[in-house]
Amino acid sequence: MQGFTTNLVLGATAGGFHVLDMAVQLFFFLVLLALLRKFAWGPLMKMMQEREEYISNEIDTAEKSREEAQQLQHEAAEELKKTRQEAQSLIEDAKKSATQQERDILETARTEAERIKESAREEIEQEKEKAVQALQDQVASLSVMIASKVIEKELSEEDQEALINEYIKEAGEER
Amino acid sequence: MDHEAPIIENVFGISWLSVNLANVLMMFVASVIVFFLAVAATRNMQRKPRGYQNFIEWVIDFIKGIIGSNMNWRTGRLFLPLGLTLFVYIFVANMLGVITMGAVGHNLWWKSPTADPGITLTLAILVVILSHYYGIKLKGAKEYGKDFFRPLPFLFPFKILEEFANTLTLGLRLYGNIFAGEILLTLLAGLAVSSVGGFFGAAIPMLAWQGFSTFIGFIQAFIFTMLTMVYISHKVSSDH
Repeated sequence: MQGFTTNLVLGATAGGFHVLDMAVQLFFFLVLLALLRKFAWGPLMKMMQEREEYISNEIDTAEKSREEAQQLQHEAAEELKKTRQEAQSLIEDAKKSATQQERDILETARTEAERIKESAREEIEQEKEKAVQALQDQVASLSVMIASKVIEKELSEEDQEALINEYIKEAGEER
Repeated sequence: MDHEAPIIENVFGISWLSVNLANVLMMFVASVIVFFLAVAATRNMQRKPRGYQNFIEWVIDFIKGIIGSNMNWRTGRLFLPLGLTLFVYIFVANMLGVITMGAVGHNLWWKSPTADPGITLTLAILVVILSHYYGIKLKGAKEYGKDFFRPLPFLFPFKILEEFANTLTLGLRLYGNIFAGEILLTLLAGLAVSSVGGFFGAAIPMLAWQGFSTFIGFIQAFIFTMLTMVYISHKVSSDH
């Protein structure tokens, strides 16, 4: 206990006011403050300020590019939609024109067929007429021949008949 | 353990001028340590901080928080270097006596400089004078003078008294805490060297007390910086 009090008293006497101490402390502290301000806190605060600005700039840039990207995406979607519509209409058109063409072709074919049929019929008609004409011509000359034969010979009625029959038979065989 | 301070009386033959050389030494040591810590931390600064720079930036943010809780940042940024230097210097000074104590002969040379009332009071007086200086500078002499009569004129004497009370409590709080810590450490060290049993008896309390003193040293540095900003904000803020 004795030691405790002694130490306490001694410790206390180690304190006390010393004017030069105070002056030196003031001087040291002010010098330290000035030096640190110049060499440590100043640059550090500047760096932190710079970083703050950099970060806020970066955020601004990011925001801007995000907006831009969104707009571009929007545009692209619009473009895609338009293109799809165009393609749809293209297909529609093609389909329509194909149908039209098909109808046209069919029409043409039908007309052509009609025409060919018509011409064939005409030809047949012509041939038939020609044949009839030829037959008529032959009949005429045959009649003349028969008439001349009849005139040539004075014939009895029976003979005449027999002759006509013979000639007709002959004509029939000839053909 | 009869330690005394290496005091020189009558410096230059002036009767009232005395100096404690241990204090001067320790102030110098503390200042140099703080300077090199801070400069080492702020060398090779990068925009993307790492390692030591992170730590010093955390300290800056810590002091910024102290200032920001007392005044707006626009005026407060003016006091950031002061707050930083005060905090780091006082913390380092407090730690010097916790780490170890050294005596040469009968004189105690190695101790906390803040375990001396003269030194802590010097810092306190500096802070209070600075608060008045910035009060006049930022608000004008008229507003500054008027503040002594607010909120009620008859409070004027108390306002004057408050300035001295602030100065004294600010300085003596720091001194008392650190000095008490050192006394107990001295006692424990004395016990430890007295005998073998004393050594083992003192080892555990010593460890505990050193841990506690570290905590106290941090808290006191924080309180000193905080009160500095409180006093300054009282003088520079107009909304009080």
